[in-house]
Amino acid sequence: MSPFIVGYYALLIGATCVAAYFKNRTAFLLLFSLMLASFVVGLVGGERALWTITVVAALIAAAAGIAFTFREFLTISLKGEAQKAIKSAPLTATFGLFMIMIYIIAAVFAPIIAPFGEAEVVGSSFAPADEVMLLGGDQLGRDMFSRLVYGARNTVGIALLTTCLAFLMGTTLGLLAAVKGGWFDQILARSVDVLMSIPTLVFSLLLLSIFGTNTSTLVIVIAIIYVPPVFRLARAVAGNIVVMDYIEAARLRGEHSWHLIVREILPNASAPLIAEFGLRFCFVFLLISGLSFLGLGLQPPTADWGSMVKENATLISFGEVTPLIPAGAIALLTVSINFVVDWMLYRSSGLKT
Amino acid sequence: MTREKDVLLKVRDLRIEAFADDKWFEIVHGVDMTLHRGEVLGLIGESGAGKSTIGLAAMGFARDGCRISGGSVEFDGIELTTSPRADLRALRGARIAYVAQSAAASFNPSHKLIDQHTEAPVHYRIKKRLESQEDAMELYAKLRLPNPEEIGFRYPHQVSGGQLQRAMTAMAMSCRPDLIIFDEPTTALDVTTQIEVLASIRDIVDQFNTAAIYITHDLAVVAQMADTIKVLLRGDEVEESDTRTMLDSPKEDYTKSLWAVRSFERAQKPLPAKDEVPVVSVKDVDAAYDGVNKILYDVSFDIYAGRTVAVVGESGSGKSTTARVITGLLPQMKGEVAFKGEVLPPRYQDRTKDQLRQAQMIYQMADTALNPKSRICDLIGRPAAFYGDLKGTELKKRVDELLDLIELEPKKYYFRYPSELSGGQKQRIGIARALAADPTFIVCDEVTSALDQLVAEGILRLLDNLQKELDLAYMFITHDLATVRSIADHVVVMKQGRVVEQGPKDEMFTPPHDPYTDLLLSSVPEMDPDWLTTLLEERGVDNVGEAAHKHM
Repeated sequence: MSPFIVGYYALLIGATCVAAYFKNRTAFLLLFSLMLASFVVGLVGGERALWTITVVAALIAAAAGIAFTFREFLTISLKGEAQKAIKSAPLTATFGLFMIMIYIIAAVFAPIIAPFGEAEVVGSSFAPADEVMLLGGDQLGRDMFSRLVYGARNTVGIALLTTCLAFLMGTTLGLLAAVKGGWFDQILARSVDVLMSIPTLVFSLLLLSIFGTNTSTLVIVIAIIYVPPVFRLARAVAGNIVVMDYIEAARLRGEHSWHLIVREILPNASAPLIAEFGLRFCFVFLLISGLSFLGLGLQPPTADWGSMVKENATLISFGEVTPLIPAGAIALLTVSINFVVDWMLYRSSGLKT
Repeated sequence: MTREKDVLLKVRDLRIEAFADDKWFEIVHGVDMTLHRGEVLGLIGESGAGKSTIGLAAMGFARDGCRISGGSVEFDGIELTTSPRADLRALRGARIAYVAQSAAASFNPSHKLIDQHTEAPVHYRIKKRLESQEDAMELYAKLRLPNPEEIGFRYPHQVSGGQLQRAMTAMAMSCRPDLIIFDEPTTALDVTTQIEVLASIRDIVDQFNTAAIYITHDLAVVAQMADTIKVLLRGDEVEESDTRTMLDSPKEDYTKSLWAVRSFERAQKPLPAKDEVPVVSVKDVDAAYDGVNKILYDVSFDIYAGRTVAVVGESGSGKSTTARVITGLLPQMKGEVAFKGEVLPPRYQDRTKDQLRQAQMIYQMADTALNPKSRICDLIGRPAAFYGDLKGTELKKRVDELLDLIELEPKKYYFRYPSELSGGQKQRIGIARALAADPTFIVCDEVTSALDQLVAEGILRLLDNLQKELDLAYMFITHDLATVRSIADHVVVMKQGRVVEQGPKDEMFTPPHDPYTDLLLSSVPEMDPDWLTTLLEERGVDNVGEAAHKHM
């Protein structure tokens, strides 16, 4: 029996006993069920399976550690309201914040971080990972890592721009519809319903094949596609606010619609809108990746995660993980954003204990 | 009655803590209570006194974010604070029942009344479903609900507020509990409806010899209901004694101040000169929300400078609708609204900035009337900047001036948000916002009904002072006749969209009255503990509340 297996079980049993001694119910149940599962997995899968468990556990622990230290860091460096909010934030939220920060750094400083240019051919195609190419090469021999970093800039940057545009249009129209009411509201709401009835992907494929696929049309087309849900949310949220007495007071004062929207409604509608922003950002991001995968998104040689998956897809049949790396980058960002959004929704819904 | 074995509920040194800002704060500091079978204990105090918290603790329950941190609650020999949850659950609903303030919010809107009524007895296997149903009808009859056989099969929105509150009392009675906790059961009701609910609650508690804790902030109400009264202030007991002693000779200063609240009364101002042009003149106004079903019929009255016109009536009588017509939110179908002799366009969108400036409004709920995301300086500053074109230091000076007027220290409150103010302070900000426009006429829509009596009196005094200083005309919408008595010059009584009677205050409060005015006046609870009994004897049960409407 190898020392690893002995050490593995000894550590697990020891930790379970410690949890039991300190009467920590959740930790004990978790460790104990992990121990039972390990016996079974160890018998069936042998040492390799146990290694996998160890790696996964270590990854989760590392993520939790990062989240915890990052939360402490934010608590110390922030002041006032923000500090209070962060202090009570769950670890998932701070982990999400941390990952988003990493992505932003990667996107902003891409040329400094990436060792090679995004279209630069460095080695042979599908070269294995070494010291020069940290994650190996793609089908043309370009550095996977550099392309991943540039991809953050392109994919995330465009998704952000598109979401902002969609929100600008959607929120403005939605709030205006709620304030004006009557036929103005009806016309807007019904035309949005029409837009919504067309399947997103089909509609975007249609528009993109009509107007051609350059970056600006891509941004505008996707923004328009995502206006309806934003419009409906903004209108619904504002619908609850416009009936308040302070809106009536502002109307009776003779205030212009623009003042009502910007000063009276928007500050009170911001919480659900921001939460929705995070969620929509993920959808836009996935749609862009999806379109790139289909060949209608960002055009080569621009690095972008969706098309990177497509380009390297053949490797999957050889048991290589290379095509999964950009997919993983997409997944990680989506999960991170959702962690943060969940936390914000929780806060704005007033379900605080 | 004081025999030890009759003691139903014994609370000793009850302490309750609430969680806020990562800390536990004690909000109830050691309260004692002893309740015998068949006895009614009245808990009174201002909001934040811990009345409801103590009431709930009597069931061994603490709200979310609260915990019972000390003391004991003994119900019929069972210690509730240490009992397991399952035991508590078996008690609640079966032996201890709770009647909440808002019956409309406490009934599930998608189940029929009787289905909700029978739920508890069937669950606790006290009665079979059909037995419980029959029992419900009996209780409905005892509570004098119309059509007791049939009313249970309606949904909560199909019966009136007063009826719903009685149905709720019937529901609390369904298991024949030993103790019922009434948490402000009539606060949300009109005076005429309240009287019926009070009479039926008193009746039924008497008949079944149920003990009750009656929580309210209205002294006159508690005087009718309770055998003993306990006065609370910020989680501390001020004093306790039986009702008559408490009313006749309160010991503590705080209690005396509560008793004296209704003393503010301003003499009626002299009638305006014959040829004086009224500030606001409403003439033969009809109005409807949907353009078909009229809410107002031929409403006419005048409001003169420096005078207060009080518009009184039950909910649904069209008081607030009249205000909406005057402000232009609801264009009238017929008739006109004139401002200083000049006819106003019906829609507020068509009125000039100056016309809008002259008429301002103060709302009932300061919580919804102030934008929660605006600071005080912006809330008050906006109308000043909007109408007066003030900027920078000039604007700041004006805001300071206004804060001084409403007796709030400018430095302290300038940058605060509404959520950082108390209810009374919020209402003051609402007043300041109206004043910022430099108006000549202000509509006050139930401005004091959401406030504690002491705070409400402060607001009334403030409004009165402002009227003297600035020669303002007020339209005072209220259902509280005590408010009318204290501040009005001219009274307009409305019923179902029509003006029933109007005249100077002094005339209105001296008989003879229109039968409806008479009903309103007689329904206002008085501090005399025999008031309800006497009134019921005088008028008979069919001549009070909703039942009386049928005879008119």
